Amino acid sequence: MGKTITEKIFSEKLKRDVRAGEIVVSPIDLAFVQDGTGPLSIEELEKLNMVRVFDSGKVILFIDHASPSPRRELSNMHIKLREFSKKTGCILSDVGYGVCHEVVVEEYASPGDVIIGADSHTCTAGALGAFATGMGSTDVALGMALGKQWFRVPETLRFVVQGTLPPGVYSKDLILHIIGMIGADGATYKAMEFEGEAIEKLSMEARFTLTNMAVEAGAKTGLIATDEKTREYLKSMGREEKYREIKPDADAEYEKTYTIDASSLEPVVAFPHTVDNVKSIKEAEGIEIDQVYIGTCTNGRLEDLRIAAQILRGREVRTRLIVVPASRKVYLDALKEGLIEIFVRAGGAVISPGCGPCVGIHQGVLGDKERVLSTQNRNFKGRMGNPEGEIFLASPATAAATALEGKITDPRRYL
Amino acid sequence: MRIKGRVWKFGDNISTDHITPGRYFHLRSNIQELARHVMEDADPEFPRKVKPGDIIAAGKNFGLGSSREYAPRVIKISGVSCILAKSFARIFYRNAINIGLPVITCDTDRIDEGDEVEIDVEKGIVRNLTKGEEIPASPIPPFMLRILEDGGIEEHIKKYGDFRLEE
Repeated sequence: MGKTITEKIFSEKLKRDVRAGEIVVSPIDLAFVQDGTGPLSIEELEKLNMVRVFDSGKVILFIDHASPSPRRELSNMHIKLREFSKKTGCILSDVGYGVCHEVVVEEYASPGDVIIGADSHTCTAGALGAFATGMGSTDVALGMALGKQWFRVPETLRFVVQGTLPPGVYSKDLILHIIGMIGADGATYKAMEFEGEAIEKLSMEARFTLTNMAVEAGAKTGLIATDEKTREYLKSMGREEKYREIKPDADAEYEKTYTIDASSLEPVVAFPHTVDNVKSIKEAEGIEIDQVYIGTCTNGRLEDLRIAAQILRGREVRTRLIVVPASRKVYLDALKEGLIEIFVRAGGAVISPGCGPCVGIHQGVLGDKERVLSTQNRNFKGRMGNPEGEIFLASPATAAATALEGKITDPRRYL
Repeated sequence: MRIKGRVWKFGDNISTDHITPGRYFHLRSNIQELARHVMEDADPEFPRKVKPGDIIAAGKNFGLGSSREYAPRVIKISGVSCILAKSFARIFYRNAINIGLPVITCDTDRIDEGDEVEIDVEKGIVRNLTKGEEIPASPIPPFMLRILEDGGIEEHIKKYGDFRLEE
């Protein structure tokens, strides 16, 4: 019996046949934390007398969640991260450099890697054929010091997406559709593998949106086999030599296979307060919106900004519009292409790379009874800093069209 | 490990934002202060009502969302001795075991708020003492049970200097 991508990666790491269900201790290729989780990791290492890193080039501290810092307490937490980086020589990704998951795929993650991050959306890197999963501060701290962690090798759910996504329908709509279909716990403890004609046609950027949101179905990670697009992406990031083929065996054993016809999909919106509360754009249209947020590790990449800018070009928004490029690289590319000017002329507020208002700390906290339509990945009660606010999730195109109309709008009207 | 306590009931999909909201992000620098807001967005009265030894019984997918280890930590600091749920989100489950907070999967429909329950963590048995019923529970996987019995992953590593998968 063949292997899933997950089983292949762990078999390679452990140099023996590894199957779903086993608990293994595996070497890791990368361990990272962010400013909300990292200070606790450092405290744990101090308590354990293990203030060290297994490889200074494979441990990263990101300052992206409260970045730049809006408060003294958080500034002091940032100092703790900078001091740890100085002490151990590990990599520091400071204010303005970008969201951890975007920087990881641009600069660090490679096919076949095992990656742990103290952030639930670490699964994003799975689109590069890496096994990447989120863990708590202490687990990642141990990974940083020891260069290994224990894993239960997950069973895999396979999602075969046939056909082509119609115009105005994006990978964000596809993943929201899937989560709506299987539920916010539909993949708990499992790996999700995405394959099929529609996936092959997606750019790497669009694929990252899919794997980013695997955790919103409860999954341990989301994975996509590597192909020419993976190679091209790595080449564009200056590390083509890292490309290699990672794909499941044809006779791999899956716990379940779902087949989806991409051509039948339409734009969707996740309603408050769970990600699986997914409805068609028809049911959502007309709901008044106060703020639109385009950005995050889910949809803050260049392709996302291009899609939004195409709709916003030469027009003016009726909502508040916040745009946050996911990384410095995305920001610079968007500047070069004139996208930032389009957002600013349309009435948007462009904020430096980071998580922006997604986490509810700063840069766009909701007022009471306010509604936001965001391209982020979660809409839990209180997520954006106010339990009295309501969060709707959609694609960058739906977000841009909604900003123009002041109410949730089908983006296909602007294509 | 046997635990006995009085139950607070919660529904499905209690997220890490319900447990420890992002607007208190800055209080991560002072976890005792952060814990004063435990479960606030699920029940604003909970931080005042909860007593040491109490037990949370929730629906499915408890702890979904963020990887924030502060979520189980503030629940533990509040005095809660165990969480029962129909199912748990995986990062939360692992974090809870890592910090020495027992988490047990069982049918919580058979438990009401205020019921007194007794839990045998090793055997995976939950007894509803108020209703006089025994509720089967899914046992914690052996390796995770060992981490829990060691007092959490920190103590486990102190004891063995490494991950000890086998007895």
